[in-house]
Amino acid sequence: MQNHPVFTDNDPQSELSTLNLGPTHPATHGVFQNVLQLDGERIVSGVSTIGYIHRAFEKIAEHRPFYQITPLTDRLNYCSSPINNMGWHMTVEKLLGIETPKRVDYLRVIVMELARIADHIVCNGVLGVDTGAFTGFLYMMEYREAIYEIYEEVCGSRLTTNIGRIGGFERNFNTIAFNKLRKFLKEFPVTLREFESLFNRNRIFVDRTKGVAAVTAEEALSYSWSGPLLRAAGVDYDVRAMEPYSSYEDFEFEVPVGTNGDVYSRFLVRNEEMWQSLRLIEQALVKLEKEPSDIFHADVPDFYLPPKEDVYNNMEALIYHFKIVMGEIPTPTTEVYHAVEGANGELGFYLVNDGGRSPYRLHFRRPSFINYQMYAPMSRGMLLSDAIINMSSLNVIAGELDA
Amino acid sequence: MGKIANEELLNKISAQFSDKVNSIGEPFGLLTLETSRAHIIDVLTYLKNDPTLQFIYLTDITAIHYPEQEKAIGVIYHLHSLVNNTRIRLKVFLADGDVHIPTATVLWNGANWMERETYDFFGVIFDGHPDLRRILNVDDMTAHPMRKEFPLEDPNRVDKKDYFFGR
Repeated sequence: MQNHPVFTDNDPQSELSTLNLGPTHPATHGVFQNVLQLDGERIVSGVSTIGYIHRAFEKIAEHRPFYQITPLTDRLNYCSSPINNMGWHMTVEKLLGIETPKRVDYLRVIVMELARIADHIVCNGVLGVDTGAFTGFLYMMEYREAIYEIYEEVCGSRLTTNIGRIGGFERNFNTIAFNKLRKFLKEFPVTLREFESLFNRNRIFVDRTKGVAAVTAEEALSYSWSGPLLRAAGVDYDVRAMEPYSSYEDFEFEVPVGTNGDVYSRFLVRNEEMWQSLRLIEQALVKLEKEPSDIFHADVPDFYLPPKEDVYNNMEALIYHFKIVMGEIPTPTTEVYHAVEGANGELGFYLVNDGGRSPYRLHFRRPSFINYQMYAPMSRGMLLSDAIINMSSLNVIAGELDA
Repeated sequence: MGKIANEELLNKISAQFSDKVNSIGEPFGLLTLETSRAHIIDVLTYLKNDPTLQFIYLTDITAIHYPEQEKAIGVIYHLHSLVNNTRIRLKVFLADGDVHIPTATVLWNGANWMERETYDFFGVIFDGHPDLRRILNVDDMTAHPMRKEFPLEDPNRVDKKDYFFGR
């Protein structure tokens, strides 16, 4: 994997030092601990310790009705929580056999692609910061804020969004949301182009990233990598293209693939994915014009919580509200695996149901958890400074790592 | 190459392993097979290396606990054939008290942490695993908390009993 010479304990010249990188280190952007054996600045070996923010979501989920599990998924990858929310809703819809209207699917595509852009903005911006270029990060963060403002219009919150409901959204998108979205679509490409011109051929940046932490496709597959990391290594696996959900099959988009699997390839793949996400959002806006503008959820009163005004004034709504909250509605006894393309890779939900109001077993296939396990082995022989930018480019989110 | 039909997939596997592998259904089109721990590595190796199947991608390893069953712990593998865009699920059930199963790290490096997580939460011991330690919980913990004998809420609580709600 590496061309650097590796010194071992047997080398009489070597004197190893131990470095505790983390759990709270400003360069790691999260709670990650790696105990490294260093020979000078070169890493001889490393051991990752994880679990610092483990919150037992899988256990908690076994005691909660389906619609109360959405806020747990927020806290997995908190840089792109709408994708987690939507992935969970779609898992439950698959289990219950709910067909969502096309307009809901397109609105979901908009929200999920915005989330992907927000996630990639942070990852690529921070990669710039870690290589010593702060400017690009500041330019880009402005647009993460713009995305969060769109979330606010759609669901009322910014980071842990709890966006949508089983069957659709809890409210329709308002005109302010669409106006903000159009403004974003007009302004963000200019900044993204500027960002790319700052970095893509920047000598310092390219020297720092090219060839660093290069991973072959075989290694990436053997470690079950997914998402931009796997694609940067040259494998064109994208859940959106291979197993389309939420009507992704109606859209035209490319799956960008890198060749070297190094930090630079990952950076380029993520940038290109942002362009593709913009394409998807624009197509979704065009498609939305042909759909009836008042539909924002599927007609499933058994599972979709009715609006509060109806609960107080309408007999049926009150009954459904009571039945949903008390968990009186039978659900199929079966198991389902549903995967969505999260910002970091294949985010899977394995749900085993016993017919009750909450899952019998729920397992999250968390891409960060699976991507991160190669970090210590691949750091062997690497310079400490390269290991830092390698970690930023893996974009491991502590919440998703530990669940 | 296109998607492999579940029937064709099952026929191929049955031809190789006869009754050592049984189908236990196709929930939502995902073929689910059950096998025993004596054959799981053979089955995984076959699925991974067969030139037409090519289930080279290990999506996930996890477990499930059914305390009322004789074989209480189920270890669940999800594999994905990227070439054929086909998924498959494999289950191995183990008796509580003898939760040993051979490790899949011989086939995939990525199985390492997945198995550690499964060990951590269910106490499944993966024989031959290079580094079978707890991963998310603290090292000196003695329980395996995802098992059903550990209720999340105090079982003596009375305000949530079903009979209060007419159930």
